[in-house]
Amino acid sequence: MDKVMSNKWIITLYILPALLFIAVLIVIPLLLSGYFGLMDWDGIGAMQFIGLDNYITAMQDSKFWESTLHSFLLAIFSALSLLLYLVVALILASKIKGANFLKKIYLIPMLLSSVAIAQLWIKVYNPSNGMLNSILTSLGVENPPAWLADPNIVLYAIFIPIIWQYAGFYILIYYAALKNIPESIIEAAKIDGASPIQIAIRIKFPLIMTVFKVTIVLAIVGSLKYFDLIYVMTGGGPNGASEVMASYMYKLAFSSYDFGYGSAIGFLLLIITLIVTFIIRKATETKDTIQY
Amino acid sequence: MHRVGYILLYICLGVVGVFQIFPIIWLVSFSLKTNQEIFAGNPFALPTDPKWENYLKVFEGGIGTYFWNSIWITVVATILTILIASMATFAITRMKWKLSSFVLGIIMIGLMIPIHSALIPLYNMFLNVNLIDNPVSIVVTYMTYNLPITVMILLGFYTTLPREIEEAAIIDGSSIHRLFFKIILPLSAPIMSTTVIINMIYNWNEFVFVNTFISSDKFKTLTVGIQNFIGQYMTDWGAIGATLVISVLPIIIAFIFFSDKIMEGLSASAVKG
Repeated sequence: MDKVMSNKWIITLYILPALLFIAVLIVIPLLLSGYFGLMDWDGIGAMQFIGLDNYITAMQDSKFWESTLHSFLLAIFSALSLLLYLVVALILASKIKGANFLKKIYLIPMLLSSVAIAQLWIKVYNPSNGMLNSILTSLGVENPPAWLADPNIVLYAIFIPIIWQYAGFYILIYYAALKNIPESIIEAAKIDGASPIQIAIRIKFPLIMTVFKVTIVLAIVGSLKYFDLIYVMTGGGPNGASEVMASYMYKLAFSSYDFGYGSAIGFLLLIITLIVTFIIRKATETKDTIQY
Repeated sequence: MHRVGYILLYICLGVVGVFQIFPIIWLVSFSLKTNQEIFAGNPFALPTDPKWENYLKVFEGGIGTYFWNSIWITVVATILTILIASMATFAITRMKWKLSSFVLGIIMIGLMIPIHSALIPLYNMFLNVNLIDNPVSIVVTYMTYNLPITVMILLGFYTTLPREIEEAAIIDGSSIHRLFFKIILPLSAPIMSTTVIINMIYNWNEFVFVNTFISSDKFKTLTVGIQNFIGQYMTDWGAIGATLVISVLPIIIAFIFFSDKIMEGLSASAVKG
C-alpha cells in the first residue's frame, strides 16, 4: 500500500505540470523583474546594465512616492471600511428574515469585472448627466463637483466604487463567522442582561477576531495591488492625482517604453507588498485561539 | 420598542441593498433609453419605450467576436486549471513523499504576489517565443495564475477523504491513474463545481493580461473589447449601456443558478488566505 502511494514516478508526473507552469510563469518572472530593474532598456533594443540606478531614481522620484502614498491611502480606507461591513453583517446575522436574499443582493457587484464597474461608475459620476449629479441638482445643489476631474476629490470618488464592489464579499465572510458562534453563548449573555450592542461589541466581535484579522490582511494587501478600476476610470489622472503603484509601473513600461525603470517599480511593488503582508500578519498574530 | 428596533435594522439593510443594486438597475435602464431620454429625463425613470435596437446596434458593431473569445478562453483555461490542480492536489494530499509541503508552499506563492510585478517579464518572455498577440499566452497565464487558489479550495476536501478508499482500490489491483481518474475525481465533483465556477468568474473578468498581451481586435475578450466599443460610441449612452449589460449578463445568470457554490468558493478562498 505505502509502496504504491509513494511511487516517485507517479508523484512527479502528477505534480510536474503545476510546478512547471508556476515556476515558469510566476516565480521566474518575479525574479526577472528584479533583474530587469538593473537595466537601462526600452523593451525591444539591447539591455544595458546600470546597477542600482533605477532603484535610486525611484527613491528620488516624487511621482513614485505619490503613487505609493495613494496606494497606502486606499489601503487605509479599505481597512476602515471593514468596520462598516462588520456592522452590516452584525445586523444581517441577528435573526433577520430574508438575510439570505439580502446577502446575495449585496454580493452581485463583486462578480462584475472591474472594467464594467469602472465604466458604470464613470457614467454615475458624469458631471452633466450622471446619476449622482442628477440627484444632487434635483436636491438643489448648484455646482456639483466634477468628481473624477478634480484632483482633490478623485481618490475619494474612486474609493466609493471600491467599497461598493467588495461590500458583499466581506459581509459574506463576517456573516458566515457570526453564524458559527454557538447560540448558547448569546443566550447566556442575554440572561445576564446584556444589550444587543453590548453583545455585539463584547462577545460577537472578539469571537470572530481571527476572521477579522484575515480580512484586514486581505483588504490592505488587496489595495496595494489595485489597478484595473483606476486604470479604466482615470488612467491615474488628473495629473497623477489617482496614480497608484501598479498604474505607475504600467504607464512606465507600456506607454513610455521604459521597461528597465518599470521593472524596478514592479519589483519594489512586490517587496512592499511582501513587507506589508509580513508586518500585518505579525501585528495581528494571535497566541491563544478562542475556544468555545 | 422591539418592533421599532427591527424596522430600523431593516431600513439599514435596505439602504445598503439599494446602494449595492441600484447602479446596476440604472445601467440596465439606460441601456434601453435614447440619448435624449438619458440627458433630459429623470435618471430614476424607467424607459418609456425600451430601445432594444441599442443591443442590435452593439451586435452589429461586432461585440460577438469578443463574446466568443471570452467564452472559449474561459472554458479552455478553466478545464486545464482544474485538471492540473486536481492532479497536484492529489499528489500533495494523498501520496506519501517528503517534499509535499514544500511544493505546496511554492504553489501558494501565487496567492500573495501582485501580478503586476510579473507583467513586464511575462510580456518579454511571450515576445521572445512569439506568443504576443496570440491567445495561447492568455490561456496559459489564466491557467497558471488560477492554480494556487484552485489547489487551495480543493485541498480541504481532498484531505478529508478517508484513506480506506485508496486501500480498497489498491487491494483490488487498481492502478494509481485509475484510482485518481475513476474514483477520486468523480468523488470530488461537489468541490470541483465550486472551483469551476470561481475559475470561470475570474477568467471572464480578467483585464490586465489581455490588455497587455493582445493587440488585435480578433483576439480580444469582452473586458478589453468593451473599452473599444465605448470609445467607438463615445456619446451614445444607450449603446454603451447595452455593451456593459452584455458583458455582465453571463455572470449574473451564473449567479442566479449557482449562488451557493459561488459564495462557498469565495469564502473558502478568503478565510484560508
